[in-house]
Amino acid sequence: MPAFLKFTRRFAPLPPLLLLAGCDLVVMAPSGDIATQQRDLIVISTVLMLLIIVPVIFLTLLFAWRYRRSNTNATYDPEWHHSTALEVVIWSAPLAIIIALGAVTWISTHKLDPYRPLDRLDATRSVPADTKPLTVEVVALDWKWLFFYPDQGIATVNELAAPVDVPISFKITASSVMNSFYIPALAGQIYAMPGMQTKLHAVINKPGEYEGFSANFSGDGFSHMRFKFHGVDRQGFDAWVARVKSQGTALNRDAYLKLEKPSEREPVRYFATVEAGLYDAILNMCVTAGKMCMHEMMHIDALGGAGKESVENRKRLEYDNRHALEEGAGAATFPATGTPARSQEEPQGTNGANEPMQHDMPGMGGHEGHSIPEGGGDPAPPQLNH
Amino acid sequence: MTDFTDHSVREGQAPTFYLKEEHHPEGSTMLGFWLYLMSDCLIFAVLFATHGVLGRNYAAGPSPADLFDLPLVAVNTSMLLFSSITYGLAMLEMEKANRNSTLAWMAVTALFGIAFVGLELYEFAHMIHEGAGPQRSAFLSSFFTLVGTHGLHVTSGIVWMFVLMAQVAKHGLIVENKRRLMCLSMFWHFLDVVWIGVFSFVYLMGVLG
Amino acid sequence: MFSDPDLLKFIFGRLTLEAIPYHEPILVATFAAVVIGGIALLGLITYYRFWGALWRDWLTSVDHKKIGIMYVILALVMLLRGFADAIMMRLQQAIAFGGSEGYLPPHHYDQIFTAHGVIMIFFMAMPFVTGLMNFVVPLQIGARDVSFPFLNNFSFWMTTAGAIIIMLSLFVGEFARTGWLAYPPLSGADYSPGVGVDYYIWGLQVAGIGTTLSGINLIATIVKMRAPGMTMMKMPVFTWTSLCTNVLIVATFPVLTATLALLTLDRYAGTNFFTNDLGGDPMMYVNLIWIWGHPEVYILVLPAFGIFSEVVATFCGKRLFGYASMVYATVVITILSYIVWLHHFFTMGSGASVNAFFGITTMIISIPTGAKMFNWLFTMYRGRIRYEVPMLWTVGFMVTFVIGGMTGVLLAVPPADFVLHNSLFLIAHFHNVIIGGVVFGLMAGVYYWFPKAFGFRLDPFWGKMSFWFWLSGFYFAFMPLYVLGLMGVTRRVSQFEDPSLQIWFVIAAFGAFLIALGILSLLVQFVVSFIRREELRDTTGDPWDARTLEWSTASPPPDYNFAFTPVVHDQDSWWDMKKRGHSRPLAGFKPIHMPKNTGTGVILGALSVAFAFGMIWYIWWLACLSFAAMVAIAIGHTFNYDRDFYIPADVVTATEGKRTEMLASEV
Repeated sequence: MPAFLKFTRRFAPLPPLLLLAGCDLVVMAPSGDIATQQRDLIVISTVLMLLIIVPVIFLTLLFAWRYRRSNTNATYDPEWHHSTALEVVIWSAPLAIIIALGAVTWISTHKLDPYRPLDRLDATRSVPADTKPLTVEVVALDWKWLFFYPDQGIATVNELAAPVDVPISFKITASSVMNSFYIPALAGQIYAMPGMQTKLHAVINKPGEYEGFSANFSGDGFSHMRFKFHGVDRQGFDAWVARVKSQGTALNRDAYLKLEKPSEREPVRYFATVEAGLYDAILNMCVTAGKMCMHEMMHIDALGGAGKESVENRKRLEYDNRHALEEGAGAATFPATGTPARSQEEPQGTNGANEPMQHDMPGMGGHEGHSIPEGGGDPAPPQLNH
Repeated sequence: MTDFTDHSVREGQAPTFYLKEEHHPEGSTMLGFWLYLMSDCLIFAVLFATHGVLGRNYAAGPSPADLFDLPLVAVNTSMLLFSSITYGLAMLEMEKANRNSTLAWMAVTALFGIAFVGLELYEFAHMIHEGAGPQRSAFLSSFFTLVGTHGLHVTSGIVWMFVLMAQVAKHGLIVENKRRLMCLSMFWHFLDVVWIGVFSFVYLMGVLG
Repeated sequence: MFSDPDLLKFIFGRLTLEAIPYHEPILVATFAAVVIGGIALLGLITYYRFWGALWRDWLTSVDHKKIGIMYVILALVMLLRGFADAIMMRLQQAIAFGGSEGYLPPHHYDQIFTAHGVIMIFFMAMPFVTGLMNFVVPLQIGARDVSFPFLNNFSFWMTTAGAIIIMLSLFVGEFARTGWLAYPPLSGADYSPGVGVDYYIWGLQVAGIGTTLSGINLIATIVKMRAPGMTMMKMPVFTWTSLCTNVLIVATFPVLTATLALLTLDRYAGTNFFTNDLGGDPMMYVNLIWIWGHPEVYILVLPAFGIFSEVVATFCGKRLFGYASMVYATVVITILSYIVWLHHFFTMGSGASVNAFFGITTMIISIPTGAKMFNWLFTMYRGRIRYEVPMLWTVGFMVTFVIGGMTGVLLAVPPADFVLHNSLFLIAHFHNVIIGGVVFGLMAGVYYWFPKAFGFRLDPFWGKMSFWFWLSGFYFAFMPLYVLGLMGVTRRVSQFEDPSLQIWFVIAAFGAFLIALGILSLLVQFVVSFIRREELRDTTGDPWDARTLEWSTASPPPDYNFAFTPVVHDQDSWWDMKKRGHSRPLAGFKPIHMPKNTGTGVILGALSVAFAFGMIWYIWWLACLSFAAMVAIAIGHTFNYDRDFYIPADVVTATEGKRTEMLASEV
C-alpha cells in the first residue's frame, strides 16, 4: 500500500497536470497536510475505480462496434441470456472494489475527522510533544468572516494568518444562516451554523497567500464572502499580530452588532482588543443586550423548563442576527422587488429598554459561561480586555 | 390467478395467447387505499420524529408536566376508542345489509369523533390562553402540529362520515358504498392507532418520562 | 374608495404593482414572448375549432395514454424554461470576471439557479418519468388502463398546477433565492421575507400531492392489473423499475410534504421548527429534506434504467442478459437509497463513524448499479445491434454514466467530500448522472415509444443530430466544471475574481450552447416528423421488432388498448408470441368496460392554483374561497356514481377490422 501510494502520488496527477498546464488545481496540489491527505485519497479512490471503469468503457465501445448489425461475421446468439459464471463476476468485481474502497473510507474518515486533533505535521513529521496549537474562532457573518485569536487577544475581518507547521484548531460558528468555512489549500470544509459550533483541525506547511471563502450559499452577498489566508513563518506571524494590535480598533459588543449587519465586499479590518466572552456570546446568540444565551436556555430545558410563568423568556429567545426587523415590521413583508428587507442604516439604538438578565430563574445558579452585562441599557463597556 | 404455465406447449398444442373472455382483475381500491394510508403514516412518522427531536426544547418555557391534563386526555382517548368500536358495529350491520342501523352506528361514531375534536380544541384553547401557543417553543410547535394534524384527520373523517351517510341513505348499501365504508373504516381505525401513539409518546412520556 | 389602504390590503393581500417586474427588461421580453406565443396558440386552437376536442379528448381524459402524453408535453415545456435558466447562468458565469458584475445582479441570479434546480427536478424530470410510466406501464402489463383512472387525471392536473404556480413567480413577484432545497434558516421568514420561498413551497406541495397519488395509482396498477400469466418475474424490466420507483415515491414524497409543511408553519404561523430561535433545529430540515431528496435521485434514474433495458434488448435483437440479477439489482438499489441521505452533508460535523457508515452504504449502491451496467454490456455481446436513435442514446449513456458514477463514489468518501462538497465538481457529478442517466434515458424513451403513441416514427436524422449535440454539449459543458471544482470553485457564485477561471466557464458556456442546439434539434425533429408522418407511418404496431406487450397492439393503441387481454408465458411475451406463431383474433369481440371522462381534475387543479396564489400573496379571501370550492367539488364528485360505460362490441369489431386491413396492406 505505501509503495502504491507513493506511486500514485507521483504519477497520477501527471496526466491532468499535462492537460491543464497553467491552471491552479488547488485541490490536487494543496499546501496543508490535511488537504494533501485528502488529495491522496481522491487519487487512490479514483485509481481503484478506474480498475473497473476503464474496462467497462472499453468493452462498451468494443461490443458496440463489434456487434453492429452490418458486421455479419460476429456471432449472433439471440437466446443467450444467462451465465452463472459471468453473473458471479459482474457482482463480485464491483463488490471487491467496494470492499477495498470501503476499508479505505472507514480508516481515512476516522483519521481525517476534522474534530480530531492532529498527530502529524506532514508525512514525515509528527507533532512535537510541547506544541500548543493556534486557536482561531471563526464566525461567518452576512457576508464576511470574523476571526478571533483568543490567545493573542485580537480579531480580524476577512483576513486570516497562521504560522506554518503549527497545528491550528478552528472553532466555527455563524451569526444568522448556514455557511461553510473552506480554505482549499489548507483542509476540507466544514459548515458554519448559527447557535452551533463545529471544529476543524489543520496545519499549513508552505508559506503563501491562499484563498478562503464560504462554500455554502448564504444569500445575495455570498459571491464576495472571501478572505485571504496567509501562511507565514513564526516571525511573520508575530509581526502580523503586532500589526493587528497597532492598527486595530476595539471590538466590543456594540462594534460587533454594527459589524454583524449585512454588508458585501467588506474590506479587511483589524481589532486590537476583543471584549471578553464575545465569541461565546456570538455562539450562544446573545450579543444583543437582554437576549438569553442558548446554553442558558438548554440548561433550563434540561431541568424541565421554566414553567408557565415564563412568557417574558420568549422575546429574549427571538434572535434577529440579520437585523431585518430593526426598521419595523413593514419592511419584512416588502414584496418581491428584489429589494432586501433589511436596513443598511444605523440601528435605532439597541434594545436598551429590555429587562436585564433574570438571575433568579430556576436552575440558573452556578452554570459556567460568560456574563451578560448587567444594568439594562448599557451595551457593553468599551475596551474591557487584555 | 389461473395457472397459465405452458402445459399445453409440452403437449404439443399451440399455447393460448389471448383471453377470449373479458378479463376482470380483482379490485385495486383496498390496496390503493392501504398505500395511501401508509403514505399518510409517513407524514405522521415525520411529525413523531420531529417531536422526538424537539420535544424537550422548551425554550425556557413550560414543559409537558406544566401543561398536560392527563385525565382530560384520557377521556379524550376513550372517545376515540369508543368511536372505533361503534364504527366496527356499523360495519357489522353493513354486512347484515341493515341500512338503518348502519347509519345509526355511523352517527354515533361521528358524535364520538366530534366530542374528541371538541375536547382537543378546548385543550388547545386553554394552552394558548396560558401563553403556551405553538409559537412559544419548538416543543410546543411540534406538539400542536402533531396533535393538530391528527385532529384535522379526524375532522376530515367526520366530514367523510356525513357525506357517506348521505350516500348510503340515498343509494343504500350498494357495492360502491360498501367499498367506501370499508375505506373509511380503515381510515378511522388508522387514526385510532396513530392516536395511541400520540397518547403514549407525546402525553404519557411527556409527563411521566 | 381605492385609496383605502385597508380595503386594498384585504383585496390584494401583499400584492402591489411593484410586484410586477416591469423594470426588468429580461422578464418583460420573456413575458411579451409568452403572451405572443400564448395568443398564437389560442388563436390556432380557435381557428381549427379544437377547443371542444381539446376539452373532451384531452383535458378531461382519464385515458392513461393521453395523460402520459400530456405529462411529457408539460415536461418538454418546463425543459425549455429550466434550460433558459441554465443558459443564463452559463452566460453570467462566463462574463462576470475582473470586477464585471455580469448582466445578472445577485438577487436575480440567485432566483435563477434556484428555479433551474426546482424546475428541472420537479417539473421536467418528474413529469417526464411519470408520463412515460403512465403511457407505457399499462400497455406493457396488458391492462386497459390504470387502477384509478380519475385519480390519474387529477394527479396530472395537480402536477400542472404546481408548474403553473412556479411559472407565475416569473411575472408576479419573485422566486426563492435559497437554492433548490431551500435550507432554513435562510428560507425562513426572518431571512427570506418575500414571496419567493412561498412560491417554492406551494408549487412543490401542490405538485407533490399529484406525484404521491400517481405513485399509489401505478403501484396498485402493477400489482393488481397484470395480464394473466405475468408473474412478478415475468414483468418487463421497465415495469419492474417503475414499480420500484413508485414504491420510492410513495415512501418518500410524504416526507417532503411533511417537511415543507413544517417550513410553511414556520413562515406563516410563527412556529419554531427550523428557526434559530426558541429551540428550533435547522439541521433537522436538512436531514428530513434529504431523506426525501436522495431517493428522489433513484426515482428519476430507475425508470431510465428500465428504458435502457428495453431498448438494449430490442435493438440488439436479443434477450436481456441476466433478467433476474437486473430485477434484484433494482430492488437492492430501492432499499439502499433510503440509508444514504447523510452523504449530502458530511460537512455538518456528524462524527467520523456516522460519516463513514453513510459513505460506505452509498458506495454499496454502486455494486448493483455496476451489475446492471454489465447486464446491458453482455446483452450487447453476441447481439446484432441496430443503431436506431434509442440505441445511440443507450451507448452514450453507458459511457457517460460510468464516469458520473465514479465521481459519485468519490464524493461518497467523506474526507474527499470535504474538499469537493458544494464545489463545481459536485455540480458536474450530478449533471453527469442526471443528464447522462436520466435525460439520455428519457430521450431514448421518447424516440422508442413515440411511434406507439402517435402512429408514426420520429425522423432519424434530426434524432441523431439531437443526440450528437447533446452528447458533445454535455462533455463541453460539464468536464470544465470538474476541472473548476478541482480548482476550488464553489457553486452558486455569480461573480469571480480570479481571471484564470474564465476560459473554463467560456468552454462550459459553449457546451450549453451545443445542448441548446440539441434541444432545438429535438423540436425540429417533432415538426419534421409530423410533416413526414405518412412516410414514417407505423402500420404494424411493432416498428422496432420489439419484445414486450405494448408492441402487440396497434400504433396508436385503441382506447381500450387490447381487444382481448393477452396471456403471458414468457418474460419477453410479445417476442414469445411472435416466435411461437400467435394468431390475432379477428372475431368474437365483446363490449369493453371503460371509465368516463371527467372535468373534476382540471377544475380542482385550477382551484389549487387560485388557493396557492391566495396563500402566497396573503389574499386570504381567495385562499378560503378556493379551498372551500375544492372541498365542495371533491365531495360533489363522490355523489356521481355514473362513472363508466361500455364500448359496444360493434365499435370494437370495426376498430379491429381497420387494423386487420392495415396489417394486410403492409404485407
